[in-house]
Amino acid sequence: MNSRTTHAPIIEMKDIEKHFGSVIALAGVSVEVYPGECHCLLGDNGAGKSTFIKTMSGVHKPTKGEIFFEGQPMSFDGPRDAMNAGIATVHQHLAMIPLMSVSRNFFMGNEPVKKRMGIPFFDHEYADQVTMDEMRKMGINLRGPDQAVGTLSGGERQTVAISRAVHFGAKVLILDEPTSALGVRQTANVLATIDKVRKQGIAVVFITHNVRHALAVGDRFTVLNRGQTLGTAQRGQITPEELQDMMAGGQEMVALEGSLGGTV
Amino acid sequence: MSETAQPTPAPDERVKDLGWRRALIRPELGGIVGTIAVFFFFLLTAYDSGMFNAQGIMNWSVVSAQFMIIAVGACLLMIAGEFDLSVGSMIGFSGMMIAIFSVTLGWPVWMAIVVTFAMALAIGALNGFIVIRTGLPSFIVTLAFLFILRGFTIYLPQTIERKTIIGGIREAAEGDWLGAAFGGKVLQGAFHWMGDIGIIGVFERGTRAGEPVVDGIPMLIVWAIVLVIFGHIVLTKTRFGNWIFAAGGDAEAARNSGVPVNRVKVLMFMFTAFCATVFATCQVMEFGSAGADRGLLKEFEAIIAVVIGGALLTGGYGSVLGAALGALIFGVVQQGLFFAGVESSLFRVFLGVILLGAVILNTYIRRMITGER
Repeated sequence: MNSRTTHAPIIEMKDIEKHFGSVIALAGVSVEVYPGECHCLLGDNGAGKSTFIKTMSGVHKPTKGEIFFEGQPMSFDGPRDAMNAGIATVHQHLAMIPLMSVSRNFFMGNEPVKKRMGIPFFDHEYADQVTMDEMRKMGINLRGPDQAVGTLSGGERQTVAISRAVHFGAKVLILDEPTSALGVRQTANVLATIDKVRKQGIAVVFITHNVRHALAVGDRFTVLNRGQTLGTAQRGQITPEELQDMMAGGQEMVALEGSLGGTV
Repeated sequence: MSETAQPTPAPDERVKDLGWRRALIRPELGGIVGTIAVFFFFLLTAYDSGMFNAQGIMNWSVVSAQFMIIAVGACLLMIAGEFDLSVGSMIGFSGMMIAIFSVTLGWPVWMAIVVTFAMALAIGALNGFIVIRTGLPSFIVTLAFLFILRGFTIYLPQTIERKTIIGGIREAAEGDWLGAAFGGKVLQGAFHWMGDIGIIGVFERGTRAGEPVVDGIPMLIVWAIVLVIFGHIVLTKTRFGNWIFAAGGDAEAARNSGVPVNRVKVLMFMFTAFCATVFATCQVMEFGSAGADRGLLKEFEAIIAVVIGGALLTGGYGSVLGAALGALIFGVVQQGLFFAGVESSLFRVFLGVILLGAVILNTYIRRMITGER
């Protein structure tokens, strides 16, 4: 862990504030993300997680604060801008088109072309080959590259979306609640994928409100509450209970948990 | 990298290997089955009626080709997630504009055709822009244009010529190079030769005695084939084709992946208008006149052909070849019932039955392919 913190962060968000009219969604949030780490962003609904990652991925411009990407101050004009810089977001739902084949999905918006008689055609051969290879690396055995995404499980879809982002050169991978709608086994698959991606030296920002999912793969944990950071903790320095309490905002949760038998 | 050394995971034991059946499971399957069924039916019931001699084949081929031309445009637009209900009115409007330009204003026919195509593409783009900008369903926007264009198609000739049919286009188009590209015929030599050696019949009396009963392939059919091939290649073999699928499958996901969804949709509205105008130009050149009621209900016929061909009404899935087969089924049934001597009103009953059967089969096939539930 210490070796990681010695080199420079790939992305640094400093005192980010974001106001929507009279609503203060973010009130000074600072987060650093290092290459090869899985940085978990935790928080209850309405804590500002979504606003924060949308600022990171160029959807929103911060009202106040600075963003440093690879040490340089950055101001993204849009998601496309951030994507070109190497910041990829995998959304919970809006990642894949079920009616289309895995290979067509994988190269959607980045189709490889091969010229024949001067006309650029979709290079299906190359696309199919790459898709099959990348899926095998992630441990998904496709029937064929023409298999529709709709036939994959939710976890496999997330994995396809993640490996697509990695294949197209993501340096920072933002995962917006990738496990929230998944079953136990599928969640395990996605977490394993996150682990593989991190080992390739890619910075992963993992948004979740499930403490156990965060602890399974996270290197560092930042908790957001009501638009503010409650601090960043290293792996091993914090217990699941402490994380849970921070997310929910303390006392009321203790009382609630008592009445529920400590299962939340 | 340890990833590359990973063994291939074992095949999922819950996935049944369908083997040869997999090759059959394709979007066009419904259309293929329907085509075989329809031809089988008419070979049995109408073989002696002349439906399958040269004249008969040309008869249903021309009708099918008409459906195909508009079905290609409607198909690509539907896969891109939109509808165009103004196709029929666009056919009437384009035909009427060609007539007004060439007959009333006396322009050369090629110029009338070029300007009409430009107008049609502009109207198609306008349809698209309104849909994109307002976010209204294309169903409503193009329904408005169904009335607007039809209204102009009736109003303009009435005001200018005091009638709703403008004739004299054939005379105006005599010797016009672009007119011939829509109203002419090809392979006349081959058909004369086939007539000479007796493969196809020849006229036995009258002024055309000795000439073959079918003396060439109308440009209408050539246009249909060219458009089907063009549409199929664009859809399945180019990156733009991938964008068409993506735009109709899930516009938001496509945008997130960097697909220019708006541009794709506007271009598809323009292409649909283009196809309608090809239809109109061929029709005007063939009849030598333009009528205010031309193209009535053609939008629904195009959509029916596309749906028989396996496209999903809500977009993101379909096949141009399927749509072409849908158009063929449509044309063969419409003309075949006439050859078989069936009361012509029963055409609608037949059409309804085929539509229902094809859609049920297509839905079943699509679920097998896409895993929808």
